[in-house]
Amino acid sequence: MAKLTHPKRALSTNPLKSSAPLGAALAYLGIEGAVPLFHGSQGCTAFAMVHLVRHFKEAVPLQTTAMNEVSTILGGAEQIEEAIENLRKKSNPRFIGIASTALTETRGEDVVGELREIVTRRTDFADTAIVYASTPDFAGGLEDGWARAVEAIVETLVPSIDPVFKSTNPRQVNLLCGSALTPAEIEEIVRLIRAFGLEPIVLPDLSSSLDGHVSENWAGTSLGGTRLDDIGRMVESAFTLAIGESMRPAAKLIEDRTFAPYRIFQSVTGLKPVDALVRTLMGLSGQQDAPPSVKRDRARLIDASLDAHFHIGGLKVAVAADPDLLFALSSCLSGLGAEIVTAVTTTTANGITERVPAEEVVVGDLGDFEHLASGTGAQLLVTHAHGRHAAHRLHLPLLRAGFPINDRLGAQDICRVGYRGTRAFLYEIANIVLAQHHRAKPEDFGAAPIPEEFEHVPQIATH
Amino acid sequence: MADALKNKIADVFDEPACGTNVSKSEQQRKKGCAKPLTPGAAAGGCAFDGAKIALQPIVDVAHLVHAPLACEGNGWDNRGAASSGSERYRTGFTTDLTELDIVMGYGEKKLFRAIREVIGVEQPPAVFVYSTCVPALIGDDIDAVCKAATAKFGTPCIPINAPGYVGSKNLGNKLAGEAMLDHVIGTLEPEECTPYDINIVGDYNLSGELWQVKPLLDRLGIRILGSMSADARYRQVAMMHRAKVTMMVCSKALINVARKLEERHGIPFFEGSFYGISDTSDALRTMCRMLVERGADEDLLDRCETLIAEEEAKIWAELNAYRPKVEGKKVLLYTGGHKSWSVVAALQELGMEVIGTSVRKATEEDKERVKEIMQTDAHMFDNMAPKDMYRLLKEAGADVLMSGGRSQFVALKAKVPWVDVNQEKHEPYAGYMGMLDLVRAIDRALNNPMWADLRGPAPWDEPLPDLGGYVPPLRGTCPVTNASTEGATPIPSVRVTQASAERPNAAAGEGIGSFVSSQTDFEDC
Repeated sequence: MAKLTHPKRALSTNPLKSSAPLGAALAYLGIEGAVPLFHGSQGCTAFAMVHLVRHFKEAVPLQTTAMNEVSTILGGAEQIEEAIENLRKKSNPRFIGIASTALTETRGEDVVGELREIVTRRTDFADTAIVYASTPDFAGGLEDGWARAVEAIVETLVPSIDPVFKSTNPRQVNLLCGSALTPAEIEEIVRLIRAFGLEPIVLPDLSSSLDGHVSENWAGTSLGGTRLDDIGRMVESAFTLAIGESMRPAAKLIEDRTFAPYRIFQSVTGLKPVDALVRTLMGLSGQQDAPPSVKRDRARLIDASLDAHFHIGGLKVAVAADPDLLFALSSCLSGLGAEIVTAVTTTTANGITERVPAEEVVVGDLGDFEHLASGTGAQLLVTHAHGRHAAHRLHLPLLRAGFPINDRLGAQDICRVGYRGTRAFLYEIANIVLAQHHRAKPEDFGAAPIPEEFEHVPQIATH
Repeated sequence: MADALKNKIADVFDEPACGTNVSKSEQQRKKGCAKPLTPGAAAGGCAFDGAKIALQPIVDVAHLVHAPLACEGNGWDNRGAASSGSERYRTGFTTDLTELDIVMGYGEKKLFRAIREVIGVEQPPAVFVYSTCVPALIGDDIDAVCKAATAKFGTPCIPINAPGYVGSKNLGNKLAGEAMLDHVIGTLEPEECTPYDINIVGDYNLSGELWQVKPLLDRLGIRILGSMSADARYRQVAMMHRAKVTMMVCSKALINVARKLEERHGIPFFEGSFYGISDTSDALRTMCRMLVERGADEDLLDRCETLIAEEEAKIWAELNAYRPKVEGKKVLLYTGGHKSWSVVAALQELGMEVIGTSVRKATEEDKERVKEIMQTDAHMFDNMAPKDMYRLLKEAGADVLMSGGRSQFVALKAKVPWVDVNQEKHEPYAGYMGMLDLVRAIDRALNNPMWADLRGPAPWDEPLPDLGGYVPPLRGTCPVTNASTEGATPIPSVRVTQASAERPNAAAGEGIGSFVSSQTDFEDC
């Protein structure tokens, strides 16, 4: 069990985490026809938008209530109302997801109350679903903001039902995706679920909104995502599969409202974690068997593990990421004999950090990461794109994982889940190790160099 | 086959320094020591391969292969011989003979031009020209081309006559050695000779194994003058005739070189191995004793003993730390490396159980030693069919297989740890420090947590989990085949387990059919 430690220092060097409102915005973007709205000053939105645009290489709709000095002091309810009105006029979103920021939270606005009042009064807003999540920048990171937003969506849009009248569609399941999943990863899990004849409702579904596609026309909203109707239909699902420990509150909330049992998959990277998911899917579909393609993918993962373990066994790895991703990647690598010598994470809200296979998990920044990795003799760094500076200084290879990955293309296509994704991940790691090929030198063993007289000196003048 | 080559091969097969060879009758000896190859059941390399393996580690030479593409194109850059200097030996030079070259007889001209070009670009100390099957067959005279090129360009061009069809890899090693004896050894003189100069023959510095031993020689003041061909320079090969002692490492492949160095230049040789602790110590002892016999200072013997005592104590202290991790584990050895007996002794010392070893390339003498170390001959076997090995490993007869690359996948597919101990390996295991690397590798392989995961049952081999007591029905039609799944006949699970045994009742209640087992892949349809 890992010990969670907080470095005793005031200065944070090279932040590891992205803000909570950004995480909420990202979750909102997984709803069809959505525009996320930050309740704060416009700078909060601008920074977050640039971050998102650089990561996904997509136009990202993100708006702000543009709090000014006066509204900050007198209250921002009017700003929210005006923002909703303008957004409806401009891009007619079906869904507006509001995320608070440090500014409005510090002021202590009762947004829930204000919003209730606005929605009651403005009946013309009725065809736009409005969801609010409290995501102050000063509490938690991207993963927490995402989790709060998903919870808020469920809270607002999934109705509570009387179990007596529950009509269950036994082939329909809810899939709650944690912030650690990329669009390609969501796609992979959906593929796996469908392979068992089950129909998932994915929430939030980045795989159809930020997967990087060109749509036929320009929309000022998200280009795809979970349909609002489908969110309403989540009450009929037989079961909730939640990926990532951070999705537990949302899964619990769905159970409270719809009486659908749930199961949390803390990781779906690695043989055993995917086996657990497959076993659940077998149970849900009533099959004592799996489709041939799934069986074959498992056999191929085993072979990949055999080939890759020569390079991963004994490898010293430093990982820095949000808790769910940190756990998924480090537990998979440690399962192949790698040693997680440094683990740095962003937030304490997620209990999964205790299960990270490292002696200590530091809640810190990339400054801690760099310092610890150099002290523990790490051979490979795993973190997001900003880790490149540490990698450069420590002369170590960097595997990009998490958010943001703004210096590479195809961040949305990275897939490290399921049998296939794990296989790709193992090859990725093994190839990085192979690419660091060290040619043996006499001094590695303490041997003296060869006498100079043996060396050939070319006779032909070269100048 | 040219007469010169034929005579050379006959000469190579007559090896008075080889015990096996001497015990043969005159007639048997003529047949050679290579076993006749069986078409359809041969897998080893050819004579060219052997020649290239023996000489390629000479790092500053341009190795030019006179052949159609396959000989160099399929075989270059695949060996881990390490260099502390030039990287030229890693460059693949070939004449890449085409159909036209062969039909029109342009081979010799092309070779000459290729030699000129390689000298122009690389300015190497020498060019080694390898003959192969096709040029040998069509009669390209590489000796004459090399002679002309040497005269014209002033860079030694050495013909290596070992076309593939003349025989095995082992024969190729020897023919390469002959080429060195005929054309290179003795052509240069060192600046000064010392009583501490040695030759090392038959080591190729794979992954730097020579350097694991060299610090020991450095401390004793012993200089590696000649090397064939670990981390060797051309000049070192040319000066081999001035060494005091030759150590022949591990193999009889280059015994002709060692013997002829003795006959022609009076350099005595001994066979030794740097694999394992006691063998390393023995090799050092013998080397020092022979150097002293040839004029080195007497105190070398004492210094040698001190060094051995120090190093052995140090390495055992380090090795013992691994004892808890490897103790009681069963090892199956499958190598031709019958010289690695002191490795086995060390593993046994650490509490590992060697349950079997192949003796397919071993001599009677070696077999005696196996018996001595293992106290019985029950664990010796010749060849093991991959099928049988798979079964043995699968039945957990062994915890780890140590072998060469070819049986790697037999072990891995049986989900059994494997440690590479053959020449293609990527880690050096020589000398005292190499033993530690080997035990570390064994520990890493054996104790990887992956094995337990991989050996565990697949989800479909375990009882179904109970997730609420009902089985959902299939709905709708397959979008591709349009086959209706409505009302499909319920088919009980193939493996009825406790969990699924209760299932039919619940399922029947909702009129639910289950899939035809593994027939329907919803993703595919």
